[in-house]
Amino acid sequence: MSESKNTTAMPKDFGFGEGEELLRDMARKLLRDEIPIERLRQLVAPDPDKTYTRGERPDWDEALWKQCIELGWTGLAVPEELGGVGLSLVGIAGLVEEVGRAAFPSPLLSTLAASFVLTEAGTPEANTLLERIAAGASVSLAITDETGSWEAATCEVEHSASTEGGSTLSGRAYYVQDAFKADAFLVLSKGSDGHRLSIVESGQAGLEIAQDHIHDLTRDQATLSFGEVVVEASAEVSLNAAAVVSRAWSAILVIVSADLVGTSEWQLQTTTEYARTRKQFDRPIGFFQAVKHPLSNGMVKVDRARSLVYHAACCVDHGSVDACEAARMAKSAASDAGRFLSDRSVQLHGGIGFTWECDVHIYFKRSMHNQSLYGDGFYQRSKLAERMIGPIGV
Amino acid sequence: MADLTPEQREFQEYARRWLEENKPGPPPERLPITAIEVMTVGQRDYLQAWQKKVYEAGFIGCDYPKAYGGGGHEGFQRIANQELSRAGVPFMLNVIGLNMAAPTILVHGTEEQKQRFIPGCLSAEEIWCQGFSEPGAGSDMANQQTMAVRDGDDWIVNGHKVWTSLGHFAQWMILITRTSRDHKYDGLTYFLAPVDNEPGVTIRPLVKLTGESGFNEVLFENARLSDAYRLDDIGKGWTVAMTTLTYERGAAEGAGGGGSGEGSKSKGGQDTSAIGKLIDLSRNSFRDGKPLSDDPVTRDAIVEQAIIRAGLKQNARRAAVGPLTDHPMRLPLQQKVVSTEFAQDTARLGVDIAGAKSTLYKLDEAAPDEGHWPLAYMNSYGHTIAAGASEIQRNILGERVLGLPKSK
Repeated sequence: MSESKNTTAMPKDFGFGEGEELLRDMARKLLRDEIPIERLRQLVAPDPDKTYTRGERPDWDEALWKQCIELGWTGLAVPEELGGVGLSLVGIAGLVEEVGRAAFPSPLLSTLAASFVLTEAGTPEANTLLERIAAGASVSLAITDETGSWEAATCEVEHSASTEGGSTLSGRAYYVQDAFKADAFLVLSKGSDGHRLSIVESGQAGLEIAQDHIHDLTRDQATLSFGEVVVEASAEVSLNAAAVVSRAWSAILVIVSADLVGTSEWQLQTTTEYARTRKQFDRPIGFFQAVKHPLSNGMVKVDRARSLVYHAACCVDHGSVDACEAARMAKSAASDAGRFLSDRSVQLHGGIGFTWECDVHIYFKRSMHNQSLYGDGFYQRSKLAERMIGPIGV
Repeated sequence: MADLTPEQREFQEYARRWLEENKPGPPPERLPITAIEVMTVGQRDYLQAWQKKVYEAGFIGCDYPKAYGGGGHEGFQRIANQELSRAGVPFMLNVIGLNMAAPTILVHGTEEQKQRFIPGCLSAEEIWCQGFSEPGAGSDMANQQTMAVRDGDDWIVNGHKVWTSLGHFAQWMILITRTSRDHKYDGLTYFLAPVDNEPGVTIRPLVKLTGESGFNEVLFENARLSDAYRLDDIGKGWTVAMTTLTYERGAAEGAGGGGSGEGSKSKGGQDTSAIGKLIDLSRNSFRDGKPLSDDPVTRDAIVEQAIIRAGLKQNARRAAVGPLTDHPMRLPLQQKVVSTEFAQDTARLGVDIAGAKSTLYKLDEAAPDEGHWPLAYMNSYGHTIAAGASEIQRNILGERVLGLPKSK
């Protein structure tokens, strides 16, 4: 991924070849067989008559996740020499699209995000954790402050360096994804020597994991409190960590966008199917242009996002200088597609669409979570404007 | 471009070299954005000469058989189009001949018709116009009322065609007529009709909402038409017209057409695309003393358009990648509605950014970008309405791709 190539050498097919297709199709089949919508509903939204109790953590299929680990999913972004698959980001995006389409609850996205950061760090300590990930460990990033800033430099966790090369962490990290599924966390902290990335095990002394009450039923999220957590030198992944996180950002945006493309396509197909079969005024409601045209518009939006996701992934794979711009465009387009199709999927299902028993709410909430994660469309466009137009007031 | 054959690569190099050496000088007067807006004889002469030159150099009709004036190659046209577009040279004038008449004649014409008509379409020696739309047949194209009645070896034509772009310069028209009132679709017949100074044919300019003339109406009053100009069988006009429309979508995206005048980002670092022009405009447009390039709302709107443009480009790329397309027509069928609405929204944003200055017509010295934005905005409706209005495009997407029931 850090391989530097000229932009003009980028493949026309985005680098999505037979291998990538095979892996994507296998993922599609596995998820369709093992976690069809009935199974997902049973796991995360079981009883339509019982009001969902906030504070209860939705169930997930850990056995299926173990199967995914066997298939090498945690090691997708881990280089081959560290025991991983070393798949291109284009290939990963193809697989993540299927994960989004199935709204599969798993620590895949968080572990991929951590893998991108670790790969950018490139230190022996980072490589050791990448080897653990390839062997099946789940790792999540703990890098965000209370305001939900996505700038690495704004983190709230502080470290004081020890003489042996380790450190002690205190403070809080917010919006940590899949925290109850993670074996370890990659924690960003600031100190007098700048920013650091450190590995903290989920059971480590001084770490408290407090569950956030969130809408999305297909993941969990938490606030981590670090009360004098001691980090050994062997768990210090990187100094100059803000830059390391920034370099991984494009790849992180690509995978969350790919998940959004998957959920959006499910919403498009499911709502279309409903419009083909649901009859009012003696005909399928899809006959009416007030229903048909928004679905066509939704298709346009999801296709725009999908094309931009593969373009951005291809740019990252080839070390293109356009990667950052392309990734932000992809996230903006994917967030907007998700927003539009979530909206129409509920509205066009009518009364039933507003209920717990209709599956659209599961995707609506996964999509809404992903839209805001790492910055929504407005945020991405404001960052793009800085690049394309320049900073304000200069 | 890794997949080119040695011959194709050689052709590409030749095209680049030729275009560099033969780039035409500036036009005698400002050119419009597309061929269908060409109005003056000066513009016509300049563009007709250019198309002839490009044809003679071998960049038009590359993949047509030699017997019909083509180059007899395979896969050369795509390369020529790319190079024409890259070189930023003027567009081709004879768009209807090139992108609609010629491919339709190639599919449905007799051997004589192919030899007679296709070379003139390619070289722009004969300019073509299109006689599909009527006052009562727009989106409902099969509702044709122009009658052709058999009279010996001829047909007598009566009717009224509208929105006829290039009609004032055309020698020939692709014409749909009704030859039977018994069947809506099977009662149509397709002709190649001479329209230049023909008895019974009157061509009059229609004035657009901008106040400029831009297209025409054509009246047929007992016009006599030889049966030799009939294309395919009597009653097969709808099928032939569908062939034409399949190629028209290509025409809309400039296939075979050369540079769109859209500009690009790569030339000397200067972004001459619509987005680049919008950014420049925002830097030079002020509200309360501050440039709009500092206004977050304006910035968001510009970037949103940039993303749509990038999406169009990447859609075109993805459309050729089998495993990343679910339905073969899903991306191609979006192209017309998305690109024409992009052009419209971009032009409208230019009007918004220009603010008070958007009130100025191009004749006013103070009009920004020579009055481009408000005129481009108003003219954009020509594209969102013509060749299947956006509403029809959305029906087609919903019906053909998503499988929703037909709305008619």
